[in-house]
Amino acid sequence: MLPSNVGRRAEALLPPGAAFVRRHKAWTDAVFRAVLTAFGFAVVVIVASMIIQLSMAAWPAIARFGAGFLWTQRWDPVHNVFGAVTFAYGTLASSLVALVLAVPVSLGVAIYLAELAPPVLSTVLGFIIELLASIPSVILGLWGIFVMAPWLRSVVEPDLRAILGWLPLFSGPAYGIGLLAGGMILAIMLLPIVSSISREVLKSVPLSQREAAYALGATRWEVIWRAVLPYGRTGLTGAVILGLGRALGETMAVTMVIGNRPQVSPSLFQPAYTIAAALANEFSEATTGIYISALIELAVVLFVISLIVNAIARWLIWRMGTLPTGGMG
Amino acid sequence: MLVFPATAARRRATDRLMTGLAAAAVLIALAPLVSVLIYVVLQGATSLDWAFFTQLPKPVGETGGGVANAISGTLTLILLASCVGLPIGILGGLYLSELGDGPLGWWIRFTADVLNGVPSIVVGVFVYTLLVVPMRRFSAIAGGAALGIMMAPLVMRTTEELVRLVPTSLREAALALGVPWWLTTVRVVLRTAAVGIITGVMLAIARIGGETAPLLFTAFNNQYWQTGLDQPIASLTVQLYNYAIAPYDDWHRQAWAAALVLMSMTLLLNIAARLVGRSRSGGR
Amino acid sequence: MMQTSSATLWSRALLGALERSVPVEGVGTQRIQAVRVNAYFGRTHAVRGVSIGVQANRITAIIGPSGCGKSTFLRCLNRMHELISGARVEGQVLLDGEDIYAKEIDPVMIRRRVGMVFQRPNPFPTMSIYDNVAAGLRLNGVRQRKLLDEVVEQSLRQAALWEEVKDVLGRPGASLSGGQQQRLCIARALAVKPEVLLMDEPASALDPGSTLKIEELARVLRERLTIVLVTHNMQQAARVSDSTAFMLTGELVEFGPTAELFTRPRDKRTEDYITGRFG
Repeated sequence: MLPSNVGRRAEALLPPGAAFVRRHKAWTDAVFRAVLTAFGFAVVVIVASMIIQLSMAAWPAIARFGAGFLWTQRWDPVHNVFGAVTFAYGTLASSLVALVLAVPVSLGVAIYLAELAPPVLSTVLGFIIELLASIPSVILGLWGIFVMAPWLRSVVEPDLRAILGWLPLFSGPAYGIGLLAGGMILAIMLLPIVSSISREVLKSVPLSQREAAYALGATRWEVIWRAVLPYGRTGLTGAVILGLGRALGETMAVTMVIGNRPQVSPSLFQPAYTIAAALANEFSEATTGIYISALIELAVVLFVISLIVNAIARWLIWRMGTLPTGGMG
Repeated sequence: MLVFPATAARRRATDRLMTGLAAAAVLIALAPLVSVLIYVVLQGATSLDWAFFTQLPKPVGETGGGVANAISGTLTLILLASCVGLPIGILGGLYLSELGDGPLGWWIRFTADVLNGVPSIVVGVFVYTLLVVPMRRFSAIAGGAALGIMMAPLVMRTTEELVRLVPTSLREAALALGVPWWLTTVRVVLRTAAVGIITGVMLAIARIGGETAPLLFTAFNNQYWQTGLDQPIASLTVQLYNYAIAPYDDWHRQAWAAALVLMSMTLLLNIAARLVGRSRSGGR
Repeated sequence: MMQTSSATLWSRALLGALERSVPVEGVGTQRIQAVRVNAYFGRTHAVRGVSIGVQANRITAIIGPSGCGKSTFLRCLNRMHELISGARVEGQVLLDGEDIYAKEIDPVMIRRRVGMVFQRPNPFPTMSIYDNVAAGLRLNGVRQRKLLDEVVEQSLRQAALWEEVKDVLGRPGASLSGGQQQRLCIARALAVKPEVLLMDEPASALDPGSTLKIEELARVLRERLTIVLVTHNMQQAARVSDSTAFMLTGELVEFGPTAELFTRPRDKRTEDYITGRFG
């Protein structure tokens, strides 16, 4: 028996009069069902046509350069020789720098918000940090060019060179703009997403695990370090890899501060070039068909890499939800 | 009884140190946000005047001018994107929640997730090959299509989540009254979830309004008012980008001002949407 | 929940209690003394002025219907109750004469001296059986492999689990059966050599065979430790414990030697509970 107030609520939402009820024909439901299915299916159509269209447009380059595209370093529009290595290097290196910078900070933020902060502070701070995620990439890039890069050039990089300059990582002149800047701005963009997923993961660790550690006489930090974090490690890894997936595809902020020079150099101070940045800059200047085709092949490479990374991340986060908890459930 | 007095003090100290480090991490995370906000407001506010909002960009070398066409362009693109993104998003989300528990639903959900993760520049390249090349020109339609493709999975996901929250008893009550299924879904279910869906749409609009990469070679840019939807169109984001990377100081000044306008729009939409969402669900 | 029992079960339990009620030497040493303990969840007053003396090397059971505050009281004995946000404790709990709630006392140290086993076994799933038992030791800085090996074996033997797992110590802790997991948790608690072991309905999630094993274990452990056992199963209390406390809506109704409480309860409410008139 349905509660009567539910029926009244439902009635209130309907048009007045029940005459339409008697005129109901079964086919209207079927039509509506079909419409919904069609629009749902539209995403499949979009992705499928994306794959097909891009592959077709990239085909001339794929046919010309073959698998060598993936390990040719030379990118020469003048002589129509194209290879992806410099961009792949830039993409991976900047993402790596971003992860090295963002992961410890994100983990610290997640631990603080999930375990250490009083609930009200935790909600407010979490909200504010999520706002960081809503800043458009191009505005972060603007700030990067005029605030962050000069700071790097005049303060951070000279200091790094002074202390650690014997490492090839920190050698060479300090431009401000470069691989380090690109990695840093990516780190800022990754922080909100990695920390918010990590926070959810930590919150989902069952109370019984924490109690077990407390009952052994552990301090609060020891409970986190020895019981909570190990339990959540699968999900935390998933969060990091999801962040990596985002970093790989970021375009605007990166292209504004990374220098956009197609070169492979061990120094973080040197400019570099990512796949996304190359697409952003060179597309409108591409003249020959093979040039455009090679660029589209780069887009396909980026597409495939981000697909794989995102899939791994989602699988890990899914696995976290099905971890055996011990006991009878 | 085993006694470990020596380590007790060290463990307490470690506990305090780690708490401090975690708090420091929060401060480090907040620093860029605060810095960006401060710079955008300080640098941009001084350039905001009536002219900025009403004039077209001036040619190279002349100072002054505004971003009127860029603001209208962004609004136009959002409108066009909604024509693609909202139907697919809302109706598709409705499909997933009402009919999507079978294998087809799984595949659609999976594909929507995939689409969500596609880098925005790749979406731009796709629409370039799909629309710009055959039409032989950059156009607002292409830009709208690219943004719409990005909008669809976002709206789909929030719609599905929210419609699922509508209690089954409400649906059953309407059906028991003899209301046909399609009308139940539209008038009862959708209406109940409407506020939440609108919140999701607001967040999606904030997201795509701030996108630049997919517009670079679809909508391109336009220094003047656009004359038709099949012409290139200006947008706040692309204009900002062009100003920022140019070598002219006056353009940099305008870039900050445009950033203030764009960020105000984005932040306001985000905060409004999240506040509405929180109060509705009563702190889920 | 009503506990119907057959006559044989009851008489066996009572016989056991009578055997144990014969005075044993050393009686009278109180390991724990709870003095007017009050516990709150925010504004809810869950434990009202409970005073109990827990004798050393004995098993003290706390029985009562669901929601009577017995688990909450138990958690006051090792300062676990205050971990819940909004929760607080008033009163004193003297462990060997020292109040564990005194300002200068570190709760972390108390929890090492007063161990706990929970209702649902909660081994650390990412650790092996060995690592689970060694967890408490490692927390306290014990590193030498030989010492760890020794204590792990000793604890597993005390928990009557050694023979079953000695060849598979590397297997994950969560791969054991429910009853084995609970004994693993007991071994883990024993490894840090506590003086007192608190058991919060340790067998309620287990099958009858494992339940009996745990009860046997408690009787053996009694020689080394003081045990406080919360249980909703009256026969278990009668089978296993030396003294029993009956709690109702946060108050201590009656406390005394088990045989007396079950055969000649002084309070009518105790009698009603034992005879199953509510439960």
